[in-house]
Amino acid sequence: MAWTKTILRINLTTGEITKEPLNMEWAQQYLGQRGLATKYFTEETDPNVDPLSPENKLIFATGPLTGTCASTGGRYSVITKGPLTGAIACSNSGGYFGPELKFSGYDMVILEGKSPNPVYLSIFNDKVQLRDASHLWGKTVWETDGMIKAEVQDPLAHVATIGVSGEKGVLYSCIVNNMHRAAGRSGVGAVMGSKNLKAIVARGSNGVQVRDPQGFFAATDAGKKVLAENAVTGEGLPAFGTQVLMNVINESGAMPTRNARDTVFEGAHDISAEAMAEPRRSDGKANLSTNQGCFGCTIACGRVSTIDPTHFTLQGEDKERYKHASGGLEYEAAWALGSATGVNDLDALTYAQFLCNEHGLDPISLGSTIAAAMDLYEEGVINHNTTGGIELKFGNAEALVKVCELVGIAEGFGAELGMGSKRLCEKYGRPELSMTCKGQEFPAYDPRGIQGMGLTYATSNRGGCHLRSYTVSSEILGIPEKTDPLATEGKAGLVKAFQDATAAVDSAGICVFTTFAWTLEDIAPQVDTACEGGWSVDKLMEVGERVWNMERKYNMAAGIMGDQDTLPERVMKEASKAGPAKGLVSGLDKMLPEYYELRGWSQDGTPTGETLSRLGL
Amino acid sequence: MNITFKLYATLATSLPAEAKKNQITLSVPDNTTILDLIDKYNVPKESCHLILVNGNYTPLVSAAQTQLSDGDTLAIWPPVAGG
Repeated sequence: MAWTKTILRINLTTGEITKEPLNMEWAQQYLGQRGLATKYFTEETDPNVDPLSPENKLIFATGPLTGTCASTGGRYSVITKGPLTGAIACSNSGGYFGPELKFSGYDMVILEGKSPNPVYLSIFNDKVQLRDASHLWGKTVWETDGMIKAEVQDPLAHVATIGVSGEKGVLYSCIVNNMHRAAGRSGVGAVMGSKNLKAIVARGSNGVQVRDPQGFFAATDAGKKVLAENAVTGEGLPAFGTQVLMNVINESGAMPTRNARDTVFEGAHDISAEAMAEPRRSDGKANLSTNQGCFGCTIACGRVSTIDPTHFTLQGEDKERYKHASGGLEYEAAWALGSATGVNDLDALTYAQFLCNEHGLDPISLGSTIAAAMDLYEEGVINHNTTGGIELKFGNAEALVKVCELVGIAEGFGAELGMGSKRLCEKYGRPELSMTCKGQEFPAYDPRGIQGMGLTYATSNRGGCHLRSYTVSSEILGIPEKTDPLATEGKAGLVKAFQDATAAVDSAGICVFTTFAWTLEDIAPQVDTACEGGWSVDKLMEVGERVWNMERKYNMAAGIMGDQDTLPERVMKEASKAGPAKGLVSGLDKMLPEYYELRGWSQDGTPTGETLSRLGL
Repeated sequence: MNITFKLYATLATSLPAEAKKNQITLSVPDNTTILDLIDKYNVPKESCHLILVNGNYTPLVSAAQTQLSDGDTLAIWPPVAGG
């Protein structure tokens, strides 16, 4: 129950489409979505495969709660080997696409090989087809979404697609569904493009069966009550979105600014949630039009925004599509495109965010890569000739917008930026200027000011990432309890606990934002009444730990060893200049040995035979 | 002495009208505590979740005892989160 118990397998090379039963033994060990799809992926895919070769596989996976009435039960994940990192990639998205895939009757779609010509996959219940996409190749996300809906003559179908950036192999291109929601990180869009697969459209009419319907309604109702009555999920997130963090993190002195040269951004307020709510002079409207929720979500943290009609980004020809309300800034995007680049122009950042949605770009990696390029420019390593005449200095909003446009279509200097900051900085002989872990740009929390996030980034299985272990919740926000962000003591256990719990949540089909209010005590009854197998808190934690070790094992087989559990030199050696963390660097070396020990790994970061055996790996 | 007082998110409505960008500089008597300012500006105590003095966390239970110093920045948020 809750699982459809059916997998769709698509061989893009031959065009063969098959259905197969879900491995229910694995479902009991890995639950769904991130966990179960990673199990399939790691069993079927050579760890040494070139991520952009036909031999790599790409899995779209739902969880057992996807498509149910559980709050936030609209999630799906894309699992593959990531081209940005060479590590396991798993990107999670909301919107409405995941449930539609489930309603069509499939827990996951496994895509293998490479189509000889551009195609898109059409899934309407049992009717599954590969259709010609040559007319869609070269189109943006927004164009493709509308064209496919018109072609299938169903405005209620849901589309997940890549933009031109994915077609051209921008290494942090994403897969965007419902125009504004994205499987954003690690370059899953580039893998899709390498397979000549432009999009997937889904429309289903099957429901999701649960094991104990009465019990499930009671459990999900109780969960929704907790979310509604919690000040964060019931009030803060819907009203202010994630962007409320801009001033919090800046005031805490943990805002990576100008490529992490600084940890406090003087322009933070100008690009914050509070600024988004202020009426502007030109038309009296605020940047924020309204909030928005994904399928089944009772939090609704999404932002819908407009750009000031007098702003420079809307002047000139061919700008009509940006003059309407569209997916606005979330905190990570506002940080990457703003604080990291030193740009405090809210409308320029909103425009850049629109471009990310239109072209399918991960704003975190994009902004951080631009910040690295700005650092190279300010250092005199690159110049006007390199950038095609763009004055790529910190704080230059016009330059930011221009390079975002170029990366979106992978042209000019934008093609170089599309490699990501690691390859860019290595190319120009300054690898230390890349703010990456395992090749992926780390996000909006400076490891000098929030020590647990340093360990989080360094040990993340998909490279620099906040969504694998969001210790900010405890270290800054006091959820579930306050810890000292400047201390290294106790952070190894905190990171491990967050990593395992998050892996379980990501395998269930729900959003990790529920955990600002929910613990696994709230989640377990929902999974248990939906699924066979007796899903207790302990079982979920065991699944989470198993998933984490499975990902680690795959990465090590791919050559990503413990010596890569590290951070950029800048945050390890250059002390924070201001704020509470003034004088501090990351204390990663103090936390890592304890973390390995708690994980049951050897001191070089290798899971021991005993640990793997205990977890059935 | 002078204090920079910042209120964010739903607490911003408790700031004086002349405040800009969620902050205002106040002249206050020596020995002023965090709780003095919370009371003076009718900031709902039950919503004072994250209290930072110069970026450093101070629990609400210590607000009555924590005296501010000249040049300090006091910033307060209700329960918020993101990511």
